[in-house]
Amino acid sequence: MELFWLAVSTIAIGVFGCVAWFWGSNMVLDAVYPPRGPRAGDNIRKASMIRPWLFLGPAILFLGLYLVYPVFDSLWRSLHNSDGSRFVGPGNYIWALGDGKFRESMLNNMLWLLVVPALATLFGLIAAQLTDRLKWGNIGKSLIFMPMAISFVGAGVIWRFIYEYREAGETQIGLLNWIVTRLGGDPQIWLTLIPWNNFFLMIVLVWIQTGFAMVILSAALRGIPEETIEAAILDGASPLQVFFRIKVPQIMGTIAVVWTTITIVVLKVFDIVFVMTNGQWGTQVLANLMYDWMFRGTPDYGRGSAIAMVLMILVTPIMIWNIRNARKEGR
Amino acid sequence: MADLKLTNVAKSYGDVDVLRNIDLDIASGEFIVFVGPSGCGKSTLLRMIAGLERITGGTLDIGGQRMNDIPPSQRGIAMVFQSYALYPHMTVRDNMAFALKIAGQSKEQIREATDRAGKMLQLTPYLDRLPKALSGGQRQRVAIGRAIVRDPQVYLFDEPLSNLDAALRVATRIEIAQLKASMPDRTMIYVTHDQTEAMTLADRIVVLAGGGIAQVGAPLELYERPMTEFVAQFIGSPAMNLLPGRVSATGDLTTVTLDGGGVAHVAIPTRAGDEGIRVNVGIRPEDMRETEGEALFEGKVDLTEALGEVTLLYFGTQGQQVPVIAKLPGIHPGLSGRSVRLTADPGAMHLFHEGRSLLYRDGVALPPYAPRAAAAPDHAGGAFSQA
Repeated sequence: MELFWLAVSTIAIGVFGCVAWFWGSNMVLDAVYPPRGPRAGDNIRKASMIRPWLFLGPAILFLGLYLVYPVFDSLWRSLHNSDGSRFVGPGNYIWALGDGKFRESMLNNMLWLLVVPALATLFGLIAAQLTDRLKWGNIGKSLIFMPMAISFVGAGVIWRFIYEYREAGETQIGLLNWIVTRLGGDPQIWLTLIPWNNFFLMIVLVWIQTGFAMVILSAALRGIPEETIEAAILDGASPLQVFFRIKVPQIMGTIAVVWTTITIVVLKVFDIVFVMTNGQWGTQVLANLMYDWMFRGTPDYGRGSAIAMVLMILVTPIMIWNIRNARKEGR
Repeated sequence: MADLKLTNVAKSYGDVDVLRNIDLDIASGEFIVFVGPSGCGKSTLLRMIAGLERITGGTLDIGGQRMNDIPPSQRGIAMVFQSYALYPHMTVRDNMAFALKIAGQSKEQIREATDRAGKMLQLTPYLDRLPKALSGGQRQRVAIGRAIVRDPQVYLFDEPLSNLDAALRVATRIEIAQLKASMPDRTMIYVTHDQTEAMTLADRIVVLAGGGIAQVGAPLELYERPMTEFVAQFIGSPAMNLLPGRVSATGDLTTVTLDGGGVAHVAIPTRAGDEGIRVNVGIRPEDMRETEGEALFEGKVDLTEALGEVTLLYFGTQGQQVPVIAKLPGIHPGLSGRSVRLTADPGAMHLFHEGRSLLYRDGVALPPYAPRAAAAPDHAGGAFSQA
């Protein structure tokens, strides 16, 4: 109960604190530079130079505290030993290069990077095109979009049940093994099947991200001028040719944004692996490896931070490209 | 052969009839223009010919073949859209080549066809550009080029000049006229709401109104012998004046006593027994002239618009009734506020009873139509097709 009131009061303080800040600070500003009297014009000009900073201020402060500062702190830690007491230079990075588990994580991350964005975008595109032409398309869309509302941990738990294993002869409670045994096969411990278990994990993320891709691409498809499609039909193009030669090229920018956005999600993938295999049986990924070194057993802040830095360096260029692309689309 | 035959064509969306009973014969090589007010279904009719809209009743034949269920690409037609509808991700050349590529033509054939179209439309320097790097007029030419390379039997134009500015519109209109002249055996169907385009381009104009055809005829025929008040007012700008009155003497020359107090002598025959029927006398603003003698109409000039070559006089703009407009050649300063007496030649006036012209009383025009001025150009397909 105590915890409940703590949560409620935290929310109340947060929300009313925001209101109080924006309302109060603007009132103070208007009191200092009143928008009336003989110097009204000058005052309004000065006030409108300060006002944006009142709105931006809290965001800048907290983003700085929780995002920018940790980056530098991680960098500092990655250059020190396990408890931060001794400077080791690039030692942690050199260790990572030689570490088998790190190499496995890098390889798996690359695999995720190739498979998940491609499949999610492809399925999203197909779903967007097909649901657009159906009467019950909107219901279909809602169903495909629904996994987006499930947390990664939740999705991991759901899919672990799908892959659940019981000894042959027992009642199979996992969907996949139930189907396999019904078809006369032997039940498998799916999540330990190297290297397929990696793909079993990837399917979970594809399942979640297809909805996202579909929604964005569906909007883009609707933005294509109808006349260009009619002109293509008059030019003799078949439905498939219209789709691949007229529609897809026109939404290439959006496809790129969707692809890179999913790529960033994929690089950071942690929850699904953590819940389903915890990186065993050759399924380790960078984010989970970082968590292992950072918080499990005897923590090694140096190595954990070094892995975090590698992850950030991988994400940053895609992020920049993605933002640029999104801006270009917006124009 | 590219003659079109529309028989009892209809279009309905559910219970809503958009078009019905459309009967139209279009000869091979004709330039036909569909005009009509917004929402009259002229674009829908064009899209039905193209195959982009399903025909819900009647039949469409092109070159003697029933086309109702033939896919658009196999109808031997090409269409130019109002918004150009260029493929934004393809260069000018690829835009024009797309249909040929789909048809599986060889690289040399495609190159030759696009080169020829580019030269014809002065697009050669732009062949490798994307549409977004072109001006509106150039884009429209690419759209026309895309139609030309396919060498269709029938060209369909859906308000192709609406997105261009006034000067470019005139220039492109002339280009389209020249294009037609260079391909005398190709049929063109052109939709517009601009009557200047209709009058200058068409061999025959089809006026659509209220879901049906109001009149079909050569441009000057529609101008000089409109079948209904609607056509009379739709063709010509400013619109024809309609003055209500009562027939007071019949014969070859009909005398009408106008409600406004004037008297009109109209060179349209009426029969004995027509005395007393309500009619509207139609006079085009440009046929009105000042007179000192017997007048059709006398009134105070409320407003003048001096355009240089002509001066427009507006009467009765304050009242509830439709204003009367006269168009006098030349410049007339100081007319505003003055009272003016106006008349017109008997041969230039029209007579409408219950909305229909008395010229077409029994469904046939009497006497047969011949252009008024000797210098008027010859019009192919000028005969009446609307019985």
